[in-house]
Amino acid sequence: MVENRPFLTFLAHAVLILGVAFVALPVWIAFVASTHDQSTFLSGSMPMWPGDNIWETYGTILGTGAPVPGAPPLTLMLKNSLVMALIITVGKIAISILSAFAIVYFRFPGRVLIFCLIFVTLMLPVEVRIMPTFKVVADLGMLNSYAGLSIPLIASATATFLFRQFFLTIPEELVEAARIDGAGPMKFFRDMVLPLSQTNIAALFVILFIYGWNQYLWPMLITTDEKFYTVVMGIKRMSDVADSDPQWNFVMGSAMLAMLPPVLVVIFMQRLFVKGLVEQEK
Amino acid sequence: MQTKRTTFRSWWLPYLLVAPQLAITLVFFIWPAGQAVYQSFLREDPFGLSTTWVGLRNYIRLFDSAEYLASFETTVIFTVCTATLSMGLSLLLAVAVDRMIRTASVYTTLVVWPYAVAPAIAGILWWFMFNPSFGILTYVLEMVGYDWNHRLNGEDAMTLVVLASAWKQISYNFLFFVAGLQSIPMSLREAAAIDGAGPVKRFFTVVFPLLSPTTFFLLVVNINYTMFDTFSTIDASTAGGPGQATTILVYKVYEDGVKGLNLGSSAAQSVILMSIVIALTFIQFRFIERRVQY
Repeated sequence: MVENRPFLTFLAHAVLILGVAFVALPVWIAFVASTHDQSTFLSGSMPMWPGDNIWETYGTILGTGAPVPGAPPLTLMLKNSLVMALIITVGKIAISILSAFAIVYFRFPGRVLIFCLIFVTLMLPVEVRIMPTFKVVADLGMLNSYAGLSIPLIASATATFLFRQFFLTIPEELVEAARIDGAGPMKFFRDMVLPLSQTNIAALFVILFIYGWNQYLWPMLITTDEKFYTVVMGIKRMSDVADSDPQWNFVMGSAMLAMLPPVLVVIFMQRLFVKGLVEQEK
Repeated sequence: MQTKRTTFRSWWLPYLLVAPQLAITLVFFIWPAGQAVYQSFLREDPFGLSTTWVGLRNYIRLFDSAEYLASFETTVIFTVCTATLSMGLSLLLAVAVDRMIRTASVYTTLVVWPYAVAPAIAGILWWFMFNPSFGILTYVLEMVGYDWNHRLNGEDAMTLVVLASAWKQISYNFLFFVAGLQSIPMSLREAAAIDGAGPVKRFFTVVFPLLSPTTFFLLVVNINYTMFDTFSTIDASTAGGPGQATTILVYKVYEDGVKGLNLGSSAAQSVILMSIVIALTFIQFRFIERRVQY
C-alpha cells in the first residue's frame, strides 16, 4: 500500500466480500438444497437457509445410494473417481519424469523428434479428437475398465515440460560429481534427481489430481457399465432423471460430496497448488 | 535444443525411458489425430458399410452450412463474454487483495477454491439456481419483472453458460493477476504517488500497462478454456440448446460425431479446431519467450 486512504481500504474490503459471496453462492444454494426434503422443491420457491433434512439426505446417499433411477450408489462412483484420478496422477508423473530425464541428460538420435511428438499432445485436448480416440480404445477392448478410463489421459506434455525446465536448473556440478564418483544414470536419477524434484512432484500431484477427478466427457463416452461410472458424470445422469421427477436434494447432496475431495485438496495444499498452477504455464 | 554439458552415455537407456510416454502419445494422440485428418476426406454411408473418398467436400459443405457458421458466431460471442467477465472480475478482486496486508491470504483462499470444482458441476449448480420453476435467481428476476426461461430463450441460455464458465475461471485468473501485481515494483507506484498521481490514475498509467504481459497471457489461456474446457459446463447445463443457441464449435464436433454419427463432417470439424488450437499454442509460446520484456 502506497498511502493510507481509509475509504479505498473500505471499498476494497467491500469488493472482496461481494466477490467471495459471488463465488460461494452456487455452492451455498446447493448445500441448502441438499438439506431440504423433496416437497420443498414442489412448492415453487427455494429457501435460503438450511432445513432439517441433512442427515437423511446424506445418510441415504452414502448408505443405500440415492433412490434415483440410473445411478449406482454414490460410494461406488466416488471410489471409481478416486481410482481414476490416482492412476492418471501417478501415471502422468511417472512417465513424464522419466522422459524428461532422458531428454535432458542424454544425447541420442531422434531426441528432437521425440520431443516434438510429445509437444504436439499439448495441442490436442480430448474434446477435439473424441471419435478417433474412442475408436482406438474400443479396438483395444478397453471400454468399461479402469485402464480405458485413465491411460488415454495419462500422456501429458505439460508435466514433461515442467520437469524438463526444472532439470535444466539443476547445477551441472552435481552430474559431474556423480559421474566422477562412478554413479550410473539410474543411480543419479534415484539419489539426486528424485529427491530434488520432491516439491515439483507434490505441486504437480495437486494439479493433476484435480484434473483427473474432474474428467467428464471421457468417462461418459467409454463407460456404459454402471460399475465404472465416475461421480462427476454420474451426477449429470442423476440430474437428467431428476428433471422429470424432482429429487434435487439427492442430486445436490451428491454434487456436494463430489466437490469435496478436490476442494479440500486445494484449501489444505494451497501453497503447493499455487506453485503447480503458476509454474505449469511457464 | 538444450541439454546438460555433461551427459550420460548409453544407446538403449534413453529410449527405454521415453518409451512409455512415446507409446501412449502415439497410440492415443498421434494416431487418432491422423485418423481424424484422414476421415475428414471420407464420407461414410448411413449404415457404415462403405466409405467414399470425397476430397475437400466435407470442408466445403461445412463452410456452406448456415448451422456451422452460426456455431462459429456463437463461439465468438461466448468466448468474448466469458473472457471479459471473468478477467474483469478477477482483476478487480486482485487489485483489492493487493491493498490488503493481514487479510490477503484469507481472501485468497476464499476466492481460489472454485478452481477445484469440475466444470460439469459448475454447469449443474448454475442451472439449478436458474431453474425456471424454483430457481432462486429466477425468483429474484421475476420480482424485477423479467421472465427467465433458458429452455426457451436462447439469450437466457447463453447468459447461463457464460456465468457458469466465468465463475469457474475467476480463481485461475485471480491467482495470475495477484502474482502479476506483486511483481510490479512498489517504488514505481510510490514515485507516481509522490508526483501527485491519485490511486485511479496510478492504476491506469502505471499498474495496468505493467500488467499487460499477464493480461495477454491470461487472454490466450481464457480463449483456450472457453473454446474447449467449457464443453462439460455446456453439456451439463443447456446441452447446446435451445435450438443451437449454445452450441459452440467443440460441442458441435461432439453432437455431429457421437450423437449424429456424421463421422466425416465431425472429423473435418475436429481438424479445423485442431488448427485453431495449434495457432493459439503457437501464439502462447511465442509470447512466453518474450514475456519478461515490457
